[in-house]
Amino acid sequence: MLAFIIRRLGQALLVLMAVGFVSFAMFKFMGDPVENMLGQEATAADRAELEERLGLNDPIVVQYVRFFGRALSGDFGVSYRVGLPVGEVIMDRLPATLELAFLSGVIAMTLGFFLGVYTAIRRDGYVANFIMTASLIGVSLPTFLIGVFLIWLFAVNLGWLPSFGRGDTGSLFGVDLAILTWSGFKSMILPAITLGLYQMTLIMRLVRSEMLEVLRADYIRFARARGLSQKTINFGHAMKNTLVPVITVTGLQFGSIVAFAIITESVFQWPGVGLLFINAVNFVDIPVMSAYLLLVAVIFVTINLIVDLLYFTIDPRLSVSNN
Amino acid sequence: MDTQTTKGASARPEFTEAVATTFWQRWMQSDIWHSYKRSPVIIVSSLTFILLVLGAVLSPLISPYTPFDPASLNLMNGFSKPFAANEFTGDYFLLGTDDQGRDVLSTILFGLRVSLFVGVVAVLFAMTLGVILGLLAGYVGGWLDGVIMRIADIQMTFPSIMVAMLLYGIGKGLIPPDLRDEMAIWVLILSIGLSEWVQFARTVRGATMVERQKEYVQAGHLIGLTRWSIMLRHILPNVTSPILVIATISLALAIIAEATLSFLGVGAPKTEPSLGTLINVGRQYILSGEWWILLFPSLTLLALALSVNLFGDWLRDILNPKLR
Repeated sequence: MLAFIIRRLGQALLVLMAVGFVSFAMFKFMGDPVENMLGQEATAADRAELEERLGLNDPIVVQYVRFFGRALSGDFGVSYRVGLPVGEVIMDRLPATLELAFLSGVIAMTLGFFLGVYTAIRRDGYVANFIMTASLIGVSLPTFLIGVFLIWLFAVNLGWLPSFGRGDTGSLFGVDLAILTWSGFKSMILPAITLGLYQMTLIMRLVRSEMLEVLRADYIRFARARGLSQKTINFGHAMKNTLVPVITVTGLQFGSIVAFAIITESVFQWPGVGLLFINAVNFVDIPVMSAYLLLVAVIFVTINLIVDLLYFTIDPRLSVSNN
Repeated sequence: MDTQTTKGASARPEFTEAVATTFWQRWMQSDIWHSYKRSPVIIVSSLTFILLVLGAVLSPLISPYTPFDPASLNLMNGFSKPFAANEFTGDYFLLGTDDQGRDVLSTILFGLRVSLFVGVVAVLFAMTLGVILGLLAGYVGGWLDGVIMRIADIQMTFPSIMVAMLLYGIGKGLIPPDLRDEMAIWVLILSIGLSEWVQFARTVRGATMVERQKEYVQAGHLIGLTRWSIMLRHILPNVTSPILVIATISLALAIIAEATLSFLGVGAPKTEPSLGTLINVGRQYILSGEWWILLFPSLTLLALALSVNLFGDWLRDILNPKLR
């Protein structure tokens, strides 16, 4: 098990190094920082001095290491567009994205899990068949269309929920969160559903097929022969064994939720890092783009690691076979 | 083939009628055609797809109006309602018009053209790149395999839509500002293509590693064929069916990716709007009640994505029954 964890840590580090290099290369080869800082009228002597001061004449490996060191302390330079330190701008926006991703993750997981179990148990029922067909359409729908449709229905026609923005925020340990206020929570519902819908259908289909597989297994037949009630079999025996693949996919999907938040945040003008990123792409704001890339890489790698470790707690067979 | 047929005919006369000779007859008896005939969903979705492709290809000929020619636009026609003649000018617009008086049906046909063009070219690019890298990784192996697959792994860590956005941003940064609008479509194709090659490469690599063990490859070695000749002329034809399945699914993904990027304003330029751009324009009018500007492009995109997706699912089941 220890060897496995070390191997996984090594891989995670490799991914971070590679993404870090891409991020560094963007900084290095795109856009000229000297010109950005001095403007066009600078003399050659000014340029040379600034280049020396910024360390642009050092070997590339030295620059890469320095970039990493600065990135670790949260220093990503200054955004070309807003003129503020990138680290600050991102930290300011991060809570909005994380709370949105969290809520939609919870929605996707609970609904997806229960619908999946339901459609597996009532395999041939009308409701189950309807849910399955609807989910197929849900998978083909682009995220932004779902968002626009929800706005049209709930914000424009019914007028129940706000169509954009984050509402009021409340403060918890110095972090501003919309989920703490009623108006903030109301503004969060539509984006969270939009963001979670795709993941929900995915989880639902996975749970259903896993559940069907498990229900065919010998130990379920044996449990039935022992005279256990169908309820105990379904929820006490079968459901537990669908958890391993479900947790893998759910965990990995949480990363996708953060990435797909770019689209949702743009549709609902939710002021998170995704909206920041899409604006950065539009304005070719390199420091913000490369910092976002690194941030997402860190989130993804951390999630993958946690998922790997969770395997061992959920499925004891794994740690036995690895030892 | 012909001699075998006649031999079989003399030995077992009851099979003569069943043995097909022409390509058409063989096609009519194949499993694929059989399954196609029996699933109405697939018939409908493939016909929808063909209809949409025809509409896109023939858009300059069949569009009732020329939406991007400013001279032909009349502001009096702005916000015409669908399925009715305009109340001021009496011009008829089947699906209504937008704020500038552009016919929605015509913009959809032209938008469909851009969306399909970007999607198809991006998938072709991803396929070429992925297949070549997959063949190399699977056949040559060694450090080359290691490098290609590590890159693939790292890229797989991120969702392809995000990779495409990032590549688009980088591409945009590398191009001088005055060329950005002209090159936007190609940057879009390149970034979507580069974000989707991994699936092709992984599948082809796996299939190639299986094929490499087979005798016909060793025979090819023995008679002195070059590596490239074995890879491209002998292994490649044997791994085409998974490639075909992935290409269909990738097409749906590429179309959605293109629409998403254009919707977010980082894709097709305003001068060449795709379906995503049109939906983004239409979104601005949902609060004021001009629903048709949004609804019809959205339905078209939905029909396109859904028909390609259903067709891809069906193709996968047919070509690879094990996955069902």
